[in-house]
Amino acid sequence: MIMNFRIFRYDPEKDDEPYYRDYEIEADPKDRILDCLNRIRAEKDPTLSFRMSCGHGVCGSDGMRINGASALACQKLVRDFKENEEVLIEPLQVFRVVKDLIVDLDPFFERYNSIRPYLITKNPVPDKERFQSVEEHRTFEDAIRCILCACCTASCPVNQDKATEAYIGPASLVRAFRYLFDSRDEGSTERIALLDNKDGAWGCQTKWMCTKVCPKEIPVTKEIFEIKKRILESRKGKK
Amino acid sequence: MKFHHDIVIVGAGLAGLRAAVECVEKADIAIVSKVLPTRSHSGAAQGGITASIGNEEEDHWEWHMFDTVKGSDYLADQDAVEIMVRDAPRVIYELEHMGVPFSRNTVGRIAQRNFGGHTRDYGKKPVKRACHVSDRTGRVVLDTLYDQCLRHKVKFYPEHYVLSLVLEDGRCDGMIAYDLSSGELNLIEAKAVLLATGGCGRIFKTTSNGFASTGDGLNLAHRAGIPLMDMEFVQFHPTGLYPLGILVSEAARGEGAILRNNQGERFMERYAPTVKDLAARDVVSRAILTEVREGRGFEGGFVHLDLTHLGEEKILEKLWEITSFVRIYLGIDPVHEPIPVYPTCHYIMGGIPTDAEGRVLKDESRTVTKGLYAAGECACVSVHGANRLGCNSLLDTLVFGRRAGLAMKEDIAKIEYHPVSDEPLEKAKELIGGLLDNKGPEKIAIIRRNMQSLMMDHCSVFRDEDNLGIGLEEIRSLKKRLRNVEIVNKGRYFNYELMEAIELGHQLDLAEVILLSAFRRKESRGAHFREDFPARDDTNFLKHTLVFPGGEVRYKSVTVTRYHPEARVY
Repeated sequence: MIMNFRIFRYDPEKDDEPYYRDYEIEADPKDRILDCLNRIRAEKDPTLSFRMSCGHGVCGSDGMRINGASALACQKLVRDFKENEEVLIEPLQVFRVVKDLIVDLDPFFERYNSIRPYLITKNPVPDKERFQSVEEHRTFEDAIRCILCACCTASCPVNQDKATEAYIGPASLVRAFRYLFDSRDEGSTERIALLDNKDGAWGCQTKWMCTKVCPKEIPVTKEIFEIKKRILESRKGKK
Repeated sequence: MKFHHDIVIVGAGLAGLRAAVECVEKADIAIVSKVLPTRSHSGAAQGGITASIGNEEEDHWEWHMFDTVKGSDYLADQDAVEIMVRDAPRVIYELEHMGVPFSRNTVGRIAQRNFGGHTRDYGKKPVKRACHVSDRTGRVVLDTLYDQCLRHKVKFYPEHYVLSLVLEDGRCDGMIAYDLSSGELNLIEAKAVLLATGGCGRIFKTTSNGFASTGDGLNLAHRAGIPLMDMEFVQFHPTGLYPLGILVSEAARGEGAILRNNQGERFMERYAPTVKDLAARDVVSRAILTEVREGRGFEGGFVHLDLTHLGEEKILEKLWEITSFVRIYLGIDPVHEPIPVYPTCHYIMGGIPTDAEGRVLKDESRTVTKGLYAAGECACVSVHGANRLGCNSLLDTLVFGRRAGLAMKEDIAKIEYHPVSDEPLEKAKELIGGLLDNKGPEKIAIIRRNMQSLMMDHCSVFRDEDNLGIGLEEIRSLKKRLRNVEIVNKGRYFNYELMEAIELGHQLDLAEVILLSAFRRKESRGAHFREDFPARDDTNFLKHTLVFPGGEVRYKSVTVTRYHPEARVY
């Protein structure tokens, strides 16, 4: 079938302003949108730049906006669209565009790093593994599916709003949740202190966009809510 | 620009990150990767990591060692295998202590499951040896190690593509890296360089490997004068999702899934009567393609992987990722319908020859190349021999990544700093300039497609002299055609066309090495199956292939310690 793409283009070397370019290509209904982008690059325009790596929704490289919604290009198939429907491809929002569909993710990883994304332990480790029950593991099981693709943060209206852009963002909070609710972690006091502020967990205004776009079906908003609940419980505990 | 570090690691997958964690506190280190952090292909590993910790049933490192050696069709070096399997329990506990959220069993210990070729009591029946995090083990371990690197403030050069290694007087002094984000060339000097660049599955048309798995590190070493070892041994994973080639983890069969032909028959009972669907990968891949050849496959050339009897709860708990892939890409639900699968290029057993400390060996008398190390899929210790067992690759990256880290930490005290002249940088500038100025009718995408089809047709699961010979000729002609490629994109920022032209050069070189190694090995062993020589020939070929730059082929003996070659039956 014939697919029509309208793709956001910007090359800082020669363009003052971004623009859109149209491409028409032949595609199979089972093709990924990523396959289509590669075909455009191979057959129509080798100057088009976008990131990719695994091609099946594990590495998180090819997050972009497809018809306005953040998604992985390798997880959307041609058959999800109508023949001759124009498919609009744009870079993720929130982040600075470097070239075409490539955005600067340094701030994303910096914020991710700020939540102390590692197990904090105080007691000496046993010779073998620490115990953890299946139920304890289940509390954060959804969160470990996160692949840091940044789709959630890029879709978050709070992060998109200049007035509140300092919000740490849903992706960092998912990882914070993953450690905060891991029964092996002994750093909840420090973690809660990091998260209990207006740009931390309280930055979330429960707009649900993160949950809606997450390619790994993580209940992001619910997990942020659980963090907030945990913060409130800890305040009560202190009183 | 010029940079300097004690240790520079190329590749940010499991081997590279594990090495980094090992030496960050004792040395100034940096990691160079052509992709962003956490995008490396280790993340696509699904099934698990093997260790004889015996949480589910009795197990011993000797059994693990025997299985690995038998799986390798007796080509693995047994001293190296022993090091790996004895270290495995420590690796698992260490990862757990770092925070890897392993799946748990009912008593709260790390859960283990069956995997192909892993058995109890020297082949009697399958054993539960694979520690796992559902079917996303690689990604979660990658994330945990990356988090450790952040914690220790490891310096990253992300989206930097290494163009060449600087080797002088048998010593590695650094590398030239092209910054994809700016188009700048950088000289990065180092006392020790670790290649941890992964595999080269993208040489083949059907592959589970990501776009970045183009074998750059393998060929960078080769171009710098290092032979490549056992490159004929290319693993085809039996269960690639048809028709995409995406991996459907062996964990599915480990959890009880069954392969069926178009008659609904559990055909593995005929090929591997004892362990059936849990035979080694080379055996299962050949069985699938034999079923297809004999008319018992489905149209298009696949068989069915049947999970439907496992139940939705178990499938979603243990096999969430593959269930998601199948639903997204094929629109079918593995809870209720079988999955169409066929063999997909997955792993290269061969690679850069190293000792057990990751030191790169430049000949059959084990001469060490100072300052150069390799670990993970690009290295060949050799622990996988002619066929790797599932879940032994993550183990390999973690055991030998760490050992390379330890060795580098120790060695840099003895290595003097050698400033690098401007020559390598000038050469790299000429290379880039030359590529951008090149004129001709050829296109990268077309040559690459030809190479991928050619390797699939001539050098995949079944091989013979005629096809390999034709393959060699055709690859050489593709190499000539690559000289007439024109790069249309002249831009500085994220010029992937330019990078892919360089990658394709590496891929073609490696394809030639693979074909040549396969052509010369006139026997069948592990993943290398010659229809014209269907038997293993220990008299003439119980030895490692070494292909030197320029195409000279020599051989190196195999270290046999505990387990002497015997018939390999599952």
